[in-house]
Amino acid sequence: MTNLDKLEANSVHILREAYREFKSLVMLWSIGKDSTVLLWLARKAFFGHVPFPLMHIDTHYKIPEMIEYRDRVALEWGLDLIVGENRKALDERHTFPDGQATRVECCRSLKSEALKHTLSGEWPRRRMDHKVGRLEAEERREAFTGVIVGARADEEGSRSKERYFSARDRQNEWDVGDQPPELWRQYKTDFAPGTHVRIHPLLDWTELNIWEYIERERIPIIPLYFDRGDGRRYRSLGCYPCTSPVVSEAKSVTDIVEELRAGKFRDIAERSGREQDKEDGGLETLRRGGYM
Amino acid sequence: MESTENTEQISIVMAGHVDHGKSTVIGRLLSDIGALPQGKLEQVKEMCRRNAKPFEYAFLLDALKDEQSQGITIDAARCFFRTERRRYIMIDAPGHIEFLKNMITGAARAEAALLVIDAREGIRENTKRHGYMLSMLGLRQLAVLVNKMDLADYGRNVFGRITEEYTEFLGRLGIEPVSFIPVSGMEGVNISEKSKLTPWYDGPTVLQQIEAFQHKPPSQVIPFRLPVQDVYKFTEQGDDRRIVAGTIETGTVQVGDRVVFQPSGKSSAIRSVEYFNGAAKSRAAAGEAAGFTLDTQVYIKPGEWMVRQDDPAMKTGTRLRTNLFWMGRDPMIRDKTYKLKLGALRSPVKLVEVLSVLDATELATVSGKQQLDRHDVAEVILETPKPVAFDVLGEIEQTSRLVVVDNYEISGAGIILAAAEAADSVLQEHIRAREIAWKNSAIPLAERNAAYGHGAKFVVFTSEIPELGEAVARALERRLFALNFKAYFLGIDNVAMGLDADLRVGNDYRDDHIRRLGELARIFTDSGQIFITSLANVDEYDINALKLLNTPHEILTVQVGESRFAGFTPDVTIEADGDLGRGVEKACALLKQKQVIQDYSI
Repeated sequence: MTNLDKLEANSVHILREAYREFKSLVMLWSIGKDSTVLLWLARKAFFGHVPFPLMHIDTHYKIPEMIEYRDRVALEWGLDLIVGENRKALDERHTFPDGQATRVECCRSLKSEALKHTLSGEWPRRRMDHKVGRLEAEERREAFTGVIVGARADEEGSRSKERYFSARDRQNEWDVGDQPPELWRQYKTDFAPGTHVRIHPLLDWTELNIWEYIERERIPIIPLYFDRGDGRRYRSLGCYPCTSPVVSEAKSVTDIVEELRAGKFRDIAERSGREQDKEDGGLETLRRGGYM
Repeated sequence: MESTENTEQISIVMAGHVDHGKSTVIGRLLSDIGALPQGKLEQVKEMCRRNAKPFEYAFLLDALKDEQSQGITIDAARCFFRTERRRYIMIDAPGHIEFLKNMITGAARAEAALLVIDAREGIRENTKRHGYMLSMLGLRQLAVLVNKMDLADYGRNVFGRITEEYTEFLGRLGIEPVSFIPVSGMEGVNISEKSKLTPWYDGPTVLQQIEAFQHKPPSQVIPFRLPVQDVYKFTEQGDDRRIVAGTIETGTVQVGDRVVFQPSGKSSAIRSVEYFNGAAKSRAAAGEAAGFTLDTQVYIKPGEWMVRQDDPAMKTGTRLRTNLFWMGRDPMIRDKTYKLKLGALRSPVKLVEVLSVLDATELATVSGKQQLDRHDVAEVILETPKPVAFDVLGEIEQTSRLVVVDNYEISGAGIILAAAEAADSVLQEHIRAREIAWKNSAIPLAERNAAYGHGAKFVVFTSEIPELGEAVARALERRLFALNFKAYFLGIDNVAMGLDADLRVGNDYRDDHIRRLGELARIFTDSGQIFITSLANVDEYDINALKLLNTPHEILTVQVGESRFAGFTPDVTIEADGDLGRGVEKACALLKQKQVIQDYSI
C-alpha cells in the first residue's frame, strides 16, 4: 500500500465507524479542497453514496464562485445539502470589515455561532430540494450530534492535538487536556446523551497529501485554487475580506503538487493567508469556542 | 505517477519521563534541519517577546497556551516535516503520568519511538512505564536519547551507566533498542550533526537515526481476518448490493474464496470486491478498508469476523485470559458490566478474576488484588455473556487486542493470552447459589395449579418486528385473562425503566434487563402464573440465559415471523401477517400441548 492508500483506508474506516455509531450525523462541507476530499472519501466508504447530509455555513462573505460550485456539485452528485447562516449578525452588521466587529468576532458570530445553532436546528436552514433543483426552507429541523469535519493536524498547533473522535460538551467546548485514548483502530464512540462529537477523518493528511489525492482520484475541485491568468491563486479558501490569494502560477493540480513538493510553498504554512489566525489567541481561542 | 521516494512517510513517537526534554529535542531538530514552515520560528519568538519570556524550542510544539504556562506537554501533538529522504510525522507524547492515555494514543500511531532520558535525573518511573507501554503496544523499534548532556558535562560515564541500566530493563520486555545517543536539545548536540563535545561517541545522530528507522514490515500473517464493521444496502438510492464492509486486519482474500463468519458459523463465498472510483479488483489485503458481496444471502451482524474457510479458524469462547492495562478514573471491579470492543464487536463484559497485578515500573508481581486501579497492568479473566471470536498473543497480534469501555470512556486496553477454562459462568454460579438459598412457598405448586385451573409457565415471544411480537403476546394475555387464568404480560422496557432504573445510563444494559426479566419470571412462575413477555431479536444465548434464570420452572418460546439471526428452534412459529386471532390460537395450542391449560377450558 502507498502512503495515500493508507491514509485513504484509515479515513474510510473512521467514516464507517461514525456512520455505524451516530444516529444524527452530518458532514461539514466548506467547498474547499479538504472537505471536498472528505466528501470523496465518504463516497469511497459507502460505495458511491453519501448516506448523511452535508452542511454548509454561508457567511455571505464567501467568494461567489464557491456558492455556484456548491450548488452545482450538490445537484450532480445528489447530495443532501443543508445551508445555515447567522441572519441576525448579518442584518445587524456585526461583521468585518464593513461592520463593527473585529476579524475574530466576525469569525465567531458568522461561523462558530451560526454553526452551533444550525446544527442544533434552532436557527432556520435551507435544504436542497432535488425535485426543484434549489434550496428550500427546511421545516422539521433535526439536531445533529455527530459532526464530520475536515480538520488536518498539520494546519496549525491546536489542530495537531485533535482526536479522530472528539467530544465537545453542551457549550461545544473542548477540553484539550482530557482527551480519550485512541489505539488499535478503537475510538471513543460512547458518549453521554447530549454530547456533541466532532469526527476528524483527515487528521493525518497534510496539505500535500490532499493535493496528491485530488490528482490521483481526479476529484473535481473549485478552480479558485488555480492561477487563471493573473499569476495569483487561492491556497486556502475562506471569506474574501480575510483570505488573500497567493502569488503563484500553478494552473493545474499537478502544478500545485509540484509547487508544494519542491517549489515555492515547500516551507510556507498554508494558513499564512488567513488573517484571523494572527490576532491574539487566534485560531486556538476560536477552536475552544467551537470553530472548526 | 507517484515516486515512492517522494511519498514515503513514517510516524515516530517521542516518549519519556516528564521534563526530560522531548519537545525541546524535536523543536531543535526541526529548526536545525530547516524543516519548520517559514514564519513559524519567527511567530513563536514574537509571541515569547510579547509575553516577555525566553524563547524555548519546546514552544514550537507546545502550541497551546495551557502547555506553555505549565511547561509540560499534555497531549500527543503531531508535527509534520521532511528530509531529503522522506516525510515524517513526529508525535510528541506527554511524559506526565496524568496524561498516560495521551501517550498511548501517540505511541499507538507510531512505527518507531525515540525515548528521552535526562542525563542528570536518569531512569525515572515513566521512563520505565513508557518502555512497558511501547512493548505492550507492539512497538519494537526504539532509540534512546540521553538528553541534557550539557548539564552532565558530556560525561561518558553518565551515558554508559544509563545505557547499561535501561538496556537491562528493556531486555526484560523483549525490546532491544537500536541505539543510545548522547544529546543536548538545548545546545543542539548530536541532533543533526555529530558534536565534538562527545568525542567518545561514534554512533548516529538523532537525524541519522530517524532516517534509518524502518517501516514496520507488512503483516506476514497468512490467515485472513476481517472485522465486519457494517453491512450496507443502499436500497433507497437504487443500489441493491448487499455489501459486507470492514478494514482487513491480516491476510488476503479473493473472489471465489469460501468464507466463514465467526462466532455465528455461517458461511458463504466471495462474489465480488466492491470499490468506488478505481480499477476493478478481485483481491483485497491487510490494511484495506474493503467491501465484499457474497454468493449467498447470509444474515450477519456487524461485529462478527469474516475468515477464510481454508485458514485456521479463530478461537471462540466466553472467557478470555487477558493482559489488561487500566487507565480509567474508577477502578475496574467485579460484578459490574463493562463494554468490550474487540475488532468490530461490541459486547457486555465482566471482570471475573484478577490473576495477578504487575508493577509496570519494576516488572514485579503484586498479588492479592481483586480490582484494577488506574495505571495497573494485570492478568485477568474477562467474561462475555455470549461467545466471541478472537485470536491470542503469539498467534496473531492484530486480532488479539481488545479495549474495555467504562462509563463512556475507553478505560482498559488488553491483549488476549488464551481462551480461559470453561468454568461455570457467572450466571450459572449465581443460579446455583440462588436455588440453594431459595425458600420454597408453603403452598406446593401442584396445589396452586389445581386452584387456578392451569399450570405456571414463562412464555417468551420474539420477533424482528417488536410491535408485532408484543401485539400477539398481549392478545394472548387478554385471552387467558378472559378465561379467568392468572396471566400477566410484562415488556422489557418496563424492566429497564423500573427495576433497572438504578443502572447507569450509557452502557448497553440489555443483558442486565434480560437477567432481571428472568428473575421476575422465576418469581411469577413460582406464584403459579403464566408470565408472558416479548423481546426483539433474541438469540440462543438470550433464551438459554432466560431458561437458566427461570430454573426450576419451564419456558416456552414463540417466534413471530421469520428469524434471520437466531440460532434456536422456537416451540412454535406464528406468521407475521398481523392476524392476532390466529396467532393466539397457535399459542394456545402450544399451551395445551404442553399441558399448561386443558383442552376443555377453551
